[in-house]
Amino acid sequence: MNVFDIIGPVMIGPSSSHTAGAVRLGRVAWKILEEEPKRVDILLAGSFAETYKGHGTDKALLAGCMGMHAYQREVRDALKIADEKGIAYSFTPVSIPGAHPNTAVITLTGTDGKKVTVKGASIGGANIEVEEVNGMPVMFTGRHDTYLVRHHDTTGVIAAVTNYMMFQGLNISNFRLSRKNRDGEALLMIEVEGTAPREILEHMKELPNVISAILIRAV
Amino acid sequence: MEYESIRELVERANERNTSIGRLVLADQAEEMDISEEECLMDMDRMLIVMEESVAEGLDPELRSTSGLTGGDAYRLWAYTDDKDTTGHPIDDTVLGGFMSRVVARALAVAEYNAAMGRIVAAPTAGASGIMPGCLVGLLEEKAVPRRTVLEAMFTAAAFGMVIAKKASLAGASGGCQAECGSAAGMTAAAIAEALGGTPEMAETACAMALKNQLGLVCDPVAGLVEIPCIKRNAAGAAIACTAADMALAGIVSRIPADEVIAAMKESGDALPASLRETGTGGLAATPTGVRIREALFGKNR
Repeated sequence: MNVFDIIGPVMIGPSSSHTAGAVRLGRVAWKILEEEPKRVDILLAGSFAETYKGHGTDKALLAGCMGMHAYQREVRDALKIADEKGIAYSFTPVSIPGAHPNTAVITLTGTDGKKVTVKGASIGGANIEVEEVNGMPVMFTGRHDTYLVRHHDTTGVIAAVTNYMMFQGLNISNFRLSRKNRDGEALLMIEVEGTAPREILEHMKELPNVISAILIRAV
Repeated sequence: MEYESIRELVERANERNTSIGRLVLADQAEEMDISEEECLMDMDRMLIVMEESVAEGLDPELRSTSGLTGGDAYRLWAYTDDKDTTGHPIDDTVLGGFMSRVVARALAVAEYNAAMGRIVAAPTAGASGIMPGCLVGLLEEKAVPRRTVLEAMFTAAAFGMVIAKKASLAGASGGCQAECGSAAGMTAAAIAEALGGTPEMAETACAMALKNQLGLVCDPVAGLVEIPCIKRNAAGAAIACTAADMALAGIVSRIPADEVIAAMKESGDALPASLRETGTGGLAATPTGVRIREALFGKNR
C-alpha cells in the first residue's frame, strides 16, 4: 500500500467496484482476445444485474472490452463509441447461483470468429477476481502483475516458461495451471513480485507449444 | 512503507522537527524509488484532477446516469453568489461565503462522480467530494501555497493508510463512517497542517472529524452512489473544516485518534449487513427509497 492507493486512483465514477473494477474486467477479456472485438456479449449476475444501468456498469465493461482504462473520460461514451466502430454488444441479466454479487461473464468475438470467454467479479476498490478463462478455472486478482500463458498441454512447457523467467530474474509469487482435458489446451497463470517486464512476452510466445502470452498489469 | 498508528506519525515528525506531510513525502519517495519532487508531481496530478472535477461538477446541466441527481452544487454556488441591485455581493448564507462554497465544491465532485465524471478516489469514489471541496477552497480562497496543500495531502494519505489498516475504508465492510468519515478525518488533518498547525493538531483534527461520523451507516437508495452519498460529502466537508478549526484553536480531543479508529472498527463490525452498502436498510428501505428503486429497476428483486 502506498499514498496513491489512498488518494487515487483517478477514475470514472461513480463506484470503484461497479465502474473502475468493471472496466478492468473488460480489459482482461480484451487483452486475451488480442484484438478489437466485433461482438461483445455480457452476462451480468447479482448486483451487476440489478443496478448496471444506474451505475453505468454496462458502459464500463464495454469500455474495457475495447481496451480503455478506468481513468479515461471516454468510458462514459462507450456505448456510442462501440456503435460508431460497428461493434455489436448485448447485456443480459442472469442468475448464477453462488457467484460473487458483482459477477460478469464476458464473451468477445474477434474478426475471424475467434472467441474468448472470461468470468470474473469486481470485488471492491477496483480490485477484480478473474475466475475462468475459456472455461478453465484461473483465479487471479490483478493485484500483482500477472502473465497468462495459453499452451498445448504437453511435457516441458511449464519448465520452459519458468526457466525463462528465472533467467530474467523474475520471482513468482503465485502460480496455477488449468486444463480442460489431457493433451488439450492448458493455461498458466503466473503472478510475479514487482513490475513484470512486457518485453519477455515475445520470447515466451516463441517457446515450443505456447499459443499466446499476455500480461495483465496490477491496479 | 506502512504506518501502524497516527501517534507514530506525530512522534516521528516531532523527532525530526518537520511536518507529517514532509515526513511521509520523504518516506514514500524513498519507497517508490523516485525523488521527492517527482512524488510531489504525482500528487499534483491528483490535485489537478480534483480541480477539474470541481469545475465540471458545477455545471447546472449535470445529471447522473440514473437521472436522479445533478445540478445541486450549482444551485448552492449560485445561492452563495447573491448580489444586491448595485451588483455588490451579499453574504446572506448561514455558513458564510467560504464554507458555503467549500460545501458547494464537495457537492460538485460528488455529483460529477455520479454522472460518470473523472474523479480521484479519496479515499473512495463515494467520498470523493470531501477532500477537493476543502483543499480547492484553501487554494482558491485562503491563498495557501500549492506546495503546502500537496504536502498536506501526504498527511491525509498516511492517516488514510492507518485507517485502512486498523479499521476500513469500504462502505461494504465499515459503513459510511469508513468512506465519508475517513475522508473527513483525513481532510481535517490536511487542513490543520496546511494552515500551520502542529502534528498534534493534525492528529486532533482527524480524531474530531472521525468522532462526528462514528457509526454512520451506508444505505444507498437503489444501491447507487447518489442518495444520500452526495449530500454526505457536503456534510463531511463541513465536519472536516469544523474539526480543523477546533484543533487549530487548541481544543484537544479527549479520545486520541488511534482509539477513535479502533472504535470505528468496532462500530463498523457491529453494523448489520443491511446498513453496509447492500441498499436494503436505512434510507434505502424507506417507502420513498423503495419507490425510487422500483421506478429505476422494477419490482423483482
